[in-house]
Amino acid sequence: MSIAEKQQQILEELSFLPGWQERYEYVIGLGRQLPAMSDKLKSSDKLIKGCQSQVWLDARAEDGHVRFSADSDSVITKGMIALFVRVLDGESPDAILSADLSFIDQTGLKEHLAPTRANALNLMATQMKQRALEIGAA
Amino acid sequence: MAFDPSKVRSDFPILAQAVNGKPLVYLDNAATTQKPLAVLDASRRYYEEINANIHRGTHHLARAATAAHEAARDRVARHLNASESAEVIFTSGATDSINLVAAILTLVPGDEVLVSALEHHSNIVPWQMLCERSGASLKVIPCHEDGTLDQDAFRALLSERTRLTAFTWISNAFGTVNPVREMCAAAKAAGSLVLVDAAQAIPHVRIDVRELDADFLVFSGHKVYAPTGIGVLWGRRSVLDALPPWRGGGEMIKEVTFERSTYNVLPFKYEAGTPNIEGAIALAAALDYIEGIGLEAIAAHEQHLIRRAAEGLSALTDLRLFGPDDRVGALSFGIHGVHHYDLGTLIDQMGVAVRTGHHCCQPLMARFGVTGTTRASFALYNTEAEVDTLIAAVEKALVMLR
Repeated sequence: MSIAEKQQQILEELSFLPGWQERYEYVIGLGRQLPAMSDKLKSSDKLIKGCQSQVWLDARAEDGHVRFSADSDSVITKGMIALFVRVLDGESPDAILSADLSFIDQTGLKEHLAPTRANALNLMATQMKQRALEIGAA
Repeated sequence: MAFDPSKVRSDFPILAQAVNGKPLVYLDNAATTQKPLAVLDASRRYYEEINANIHRGTHHLARAATAAHEAARDRVARHLNASESAEVIFTSGATDSINLVAAILTLVPGDEVLVSALEHHSNIVPWQMLCERSGASLKVIPCHEDGTLDQDAFRALLSERTRLTAFTWISNAFGTVNPVREMCAAAKAAGSLVLVDAAQAIPHVRIDVRELDADFLVFSGHKVYAPTGIGVLWGRRSVLDALPPWRGGGEMIKEVTFERSTYNVLPFKYEAGTPNIEGAIALAAALDYIEGIGLEAIAAHEQHLIRRAAEGLSALTDLRLFGPDDRVGALSFGIHGVHHYDLGTLIDQMGVAVRTGHHCCQPLMARFGVTGTTRASFALYNTEAEVDTLIAAVEKALVMLR
């Protein structure tokens, strides 16, 4: 499934969830399902600065593809980053770098967020592309 | 002395709105309070009827604006029971007031500034900057597990090196009420100047600067139903007269030549530039408004609400309340295994506005081993029903998060 198709799938899932409560339960569920990172991996260089909650992001190369893992002390934040991980994990650096991640604006989740957290979402997307760029160049 | 909050609520147009389809429950009053019509009217009337620059104009409007601005100063002085209105200096807020005092003090290496563990960053950083500039050192009064200050440690820290002691009257993060009179007396006995941060105290308690016997007291108008951008530095005349001016410019001068300038007397010595005239007038209107209801009646009502909230929340599993039982204004809590940001995000969806995070008290949060708390803070217009909505919203959020 392409990045665009995965994004479309998420938007379809959300379309069945009209209320804020269901949408948040969906995000919280995604946060719970995303495996926790080990404390060893949660070093300060993996921390995304500028988020009110702590967010760690790790990326490694595997057969020319980028494998992401992420964690947060906030389960809602972790659910949000899980959306990105689901879309970008296992893709090639080139596909990640050229991906249009504006689907997050269509999820209807962003307008419920405090500006700091909405900004954190942009930071996460930027950071994931940055790591893909580093892996692609290595 | 109880009053009916449902009647005063109609004085606050902003409270009538819905958020996410639910009635707004505004419990972030320690951050800023909403403004009653009496205050909004005072601001508007100033611009509609008497707007002019003050002190120097010879025309009718300038005289009217000057009179209103100085009457506002008198009103603040009366509220604080200051010896004279000239001890009331208008600033842009509590932070500005503290920075003013930090800017005019001269310290030398070996001098000490004493602050408390409960302080807001605004009552830490200006002193840190002063210490960096002067080579003085910053000492911290520690706090107990219940969020009260360690008074024995405080007295042990006081010495002839202590040049300034700065502490808050009421903690913005925990609602702790410090024994300010005793602390002022102890600091003064050690020969220290004393600054009291009354930013959180001003809407909740009666302040009498003569009885308090501090040297400086600061607050922001917006915490007491007045607009943002206006605040007060009350300073003892004998202290301020001996200190140099700070910002240079209009109103703070007596005479200017290119060779040298001479400076105006209090309070104008510290009010360079055109002040926030409308803000000062609106602040006076806000003080009239709370006195019209009765500060004691307001305090009793808020105490009732905060106790009800503490009792209701205490019943929830794994809930930790911060601060002592006799907290005032703010109720801070945390729930084991739940991030405060998640809780705040979900109860916002239910129309409940609280503050989450470190409350500009990062050292205090570190002391308690948390990155932040959820804080509900109360004002005169809050109701029992809103407290119950808060508790129900927290319960519902916990069901979603657990």
